[in-house]
Amino acid sequence: MWFYEKKLQYPAKVGRANVKMAKYLITQYGGPDGELAASLRYLTQRYHMPTPQAKGILTDIGTEELAHLEIIATLVYKLMDRASIEEIKQADLGGYYADHDKAVYYVNGSGVPWTAAYIQSKGDPVADLHEDMAAEEKARATYEWLINLSDDPDLNDTLKFLREREIVHFQRFGETLQIVQEHLDAKKYY
Amino acid sequence: MDREQLCMLKELMALEFTVLEFHLYLDTHPTDQRALMEYNSFVQQLKVLKQKYQERYGPLSWQEPSSYPWQWIEEPWPWEICYE
Repeated sequence: MWFYEKKLQYPAKVGRANVKMAKYLITQYGGPDGELAASLRYLTQRYHMPTPQAKGILTDIGTEELAHLEIIATLVYKLMDRASIEEIKQADLGGYYADHDKAVYYVNGSGVPWTAAYIQSKGDPVADLHEDMAAEEKARATYEWLINLSDDPDLNDTLKFLREREIVHFQRFGETLQIVQEHLDAKKYY
Repeated sequence: MDREQLCMLKELMALEFTVLEFHLYLDTHPTDQRALMEYNSFVQQLKVLKQKYQERYGPLSWQEPSSYPWQWIEEPWPWEICYE
């Protein structure tokens, strides 16, 4: 089971309201390489992992991704909160506003809603762990493109923290893959 | 949220992050004794600081005592805090 902790993992800082940036950033909420996809992917893949290390790391990184999801939501909320209708129209977010007002919803940067088709749970631990490593690299790249799009040093500080986490997760998944591969090889030869 | 509380909250976040980093590392290095010792030491520090914070500012998670009235729903919630 899970408990909520009434705190963020890292301070979600925003220097100024910026609707355009919210529109780009929301892809890390409901986009293909975003935090929701990451969390749900890992938490559902863990049931078919063959070693205790793999079960542990997928549970723990899947849980950490929920904390990142909360940071992204907080950033989007803060970037949008005080926006005027005029600013929303200028950022071409009128379509989003018509559907959601300024509420935080699971869409990518183009407004396409989240879908489970973004993720896989193959039942093959080697295939799944390769997907997870790729997912971390794609998320890292997304944070880099977002940092390129942003000129807000406060926001960039938070985005850099999240980018760093993807690198650490990639490392841990790589180690897990090696452990799983050794485990599978040991099963083949006696 | 006043400066003093924010300062303590940030300290708590940093310490909890340290514990998380060790936790993930230990998942794939369960026999690293030095890392395990450091992990246990940070967990102890975190427990003390969390206890101190919650005594002052109310519960951060479930299964924590509350004074009257029910403190859990006290604002601000994490997304409402100005961290700058």
